[in-house]
Amino acid sequence: MLFQMTHPSPLAMESSVAEFIQFDRITKFYGPLCVVENLVLGIGQGEFVSLLGPSGSGKTTLLMMLAGFEQPTSGNILLDGTAINDVPTHKRDMGVVFQSYALFPHMSVGENVAFPLQMRGLGKAEIVERVARALDMVQLSAFADRRPSQLSGGQQQRVALSRALVFEPRVVLMDEPLGALDKQLREQMQFDIRDLHRRLGLTIVFVTHDQSEALTMSDRVAVFNRGKIEQIGTPRQVYDEPATRFVAEFIGETNLVEGVVEAVQGQEAIVRLPSGAHIVSAGSGSLVSGQSVFLSIRPERVDLSETRGDARNCLETEVTDSVYQGDHLRVQLQNAAHPLIAKLGRRSREFPPGTKVYAAFSANDCRVIAP
Amino acid sequence: MSAVSSRAGRSVALLAPLLLFLIGFFVWPLLSMMSQAVSDQAVLRLLPRSAVVLTDWDRKSPPTVPMQMALMEDLKAVDDDQALGDMVRRLNSARSGFRTLMSKTTRALDDTANPPANLVSIDKRWEKPEFWLAIADALSPLTDRNLLAAVDLGRNSTGDIEHLPADQSVNRVILVRTFWIAALVTFACAVIGFPYAMIAASLTGWKRDLMLAAVLLPLWTSLLVRTAAWFILLQEKGLINDLLQTLGLINAPLPLIFNRTGVVIAMTHVLLPFMVLPIYSVLITIPKNLMPAAASLGAPPWRAFLRVLLPLSLRGLASGSLLVFISAIGYYITPALIGGPGDQMISSIIAFYAMGSANWGMAGALGVVLLVATLLLYSVYARLSTGEPGRR
Repeated sequence: MLFQMTHPSPLAMESSVAEFIQFDRITKFYGPLCVVENLVLGIGQGEFVSLLGPSGSGKTTLLMMLAGFEQPTSGNILLDGTAINDVPTHKRDMGVVFQSYALFPHMSVGENVAFPLQMRGLGKAEIVERVARALDMVQLSAFADRRPSQLSGGQQQRVALSRALVFEPRVVLMDEPLGALDKQLREQMQFDIRDLHRRLGLTIVFVTHDQSEALTMSDRVAVFNRGKIEQIGTPRQVYDEPATRFVAEFIGETNLVEGVVEAVQGQEAIVRLPSGAHIVSAGSGSLVSGQSVFLSIRPERVDLSETRGDARNCLETEVTDSVYQGDHLRVQLQNAAHPLIAKLGRRSREFPPGTKVYAAFSANDCRVIAP
Repeated sequence: MSAVSSRAGRSVALLAPLLLFLIGFFVWPLLSMMSQAVSDQAVLRLLPRSAVVLTDWDRKSPPTVPMQMALMEDLKAVDDDQALGDMVRRLNSARSGFRTLMSKTTRALDDTANPPANLVSIDKRWEKPEFWLAIADALSPLTDRNLLAAVDLGRNSTGDIEHLPADQSVNRVILVRTFWIAALVTFACAVIGFPYAMIAASLTGWKRDLMLAAVLLPLWTSLLVRTAAWFILLQEKGLINDLLQTLGLINAPLPLIFNRTGVVIAMTHVLLPFMVLPIYSVLITIPKNLMPAAASLGAPPWRAFLRVLLPLSLRGLASGSLLVFISAIGYYITPALIGGPGDQMISSIIAFYAMGSANWGMAGALGVVLLVATLLLYSVYARLSTGEPGRR
């Protein structure tokens, strides 16, 4: 299984998931510009999937096509097995939370939340009851008669959230909903949304460019780059087993070291570094001997000691800088051929610059990435 | 301290040209027009001595000798027959019988060979306080006669307000017509202007610039030129009728000129920018994601429009409508050139009084009516726009 995960092909991944939403070879052009290219993605019912990527990577465009605001140039979007390309937005039954909230400024908070229910022609008594419940869910019952402009950003976002959930949509789409909030509020909202997802069993598609947000909240993360999905998997998979150089660099911090494959042994590869050192690394995939590759070594997986231990990989380095950062100690190392960064737990001892140390890590703590 | 006061002095000096201009070319003409409407010097000018004496009169007792002497002196001094005629007409309308009484009196006063001792000796009627009362009232420099006449009202001999006879009642019909044409034009502008502004606001780049330029271009063209252009387009052998006939859509030319249709078409075109621009300026401030949000919440396009876009752009629609309506009720050239006799608006009547018959009082009074209507509309608009909550 691990072997397969190392080089996931999106199609192979999808077959294992119950597909509630399916993007089937979606391509989108804006004039001559291709923003989404032949994209395949399946999302299961009740799943929380984040679309993560830098701006312009096509993630928001994909969400807009799912919501019905944009039409794919080619390809089909299926919801529960039915193509919805020709279904207009207002019939798709999807709750959308926008980055800028998009609350109606001329309506009170209560009227905003009642809007989707009125559009569905519900009775007055039921609307009142459901609005009260939806506002209660986001702890804003006391603000029903206020105007959105009288609320803080976080409160407005919670109104937008309860408005998108009150009509019990089949899918909830969120387009960088927390981007405009400050850090503390954002973390609180991340927790609240996760909690709602679990309690209500919602299917959520969440667009973000913030990798820690994607890792914290999602069941699965799809990493976008230039209109394509580079990798899709659980937060642990995309972090620990990056499939491409882009994923390794975009998510978290990593040491990328060039090398040449010397031998492939089962699920491990031996890579020779320019310095002549040999590294045993997990993730052999379709590697062949003599291929030049990158090694991704997460800084927090590197251990430092002054004696050569029994770790499988051990590099002789010298400390060039050491910075105390509160929750960890960041040590900059220089090997014969390349720099290396290590993040050590706060219980670690100090490593003053100039100290000769061994940087040790296991084969499973680094990945081979074909360029 | 001196620095502050000199700075204040400098700002006043900088503002002075503007203030003087406003006072000289706006406030003063406006006030003088309004004062023309209520001032009435026709009698006072001819009877200055009587005016002095009559101020002491108690308005009930029979005329005293000084009163009679003063009036005799005044009447003898009159050498302007037209002014005298005006005054007699004025007094006769307040008290019937004055015409015969006056002509008898002036004839007797002209008889230098046998000068009358006093007025009562000429005619017994001069003993009655009613006639003196009419003179005393007419001496007042202020009158509501013009203002009442502007809305087809007048005072009868006892001083009560009543409708003028039908043959003198034309202002009210024209006022109603003016407001009706203005309302039609406002409606037409709103129906055309709102979708136009919506499309312009939804576009970007050169397309938006082109649409705005198309609105602004007429504003930079002379009103007379535009009206003349419509004259050419709308006439019986004009472009529109020719085109429709060539296409075989109509057999006979449509009556588009010298009637209400032509007036409304031409005025709508001329006033359209005043509708489009305020609506456009409000529309571009509405966040772009509100309509997609409404759609995602289950609103079909037309319901999203009614519930979200329309309420949010109502302020622009209201100010546009107000601008168009206020401009339209003052229109003069377009109805005069394109309209028929039944389409003349109140401005034409004002122009007639001011230039045709030199009746500045009536011209001023009709102007005041127009001004009051405008101010009323504006206050309603101001009340509505500030009363609406949720506006920043």
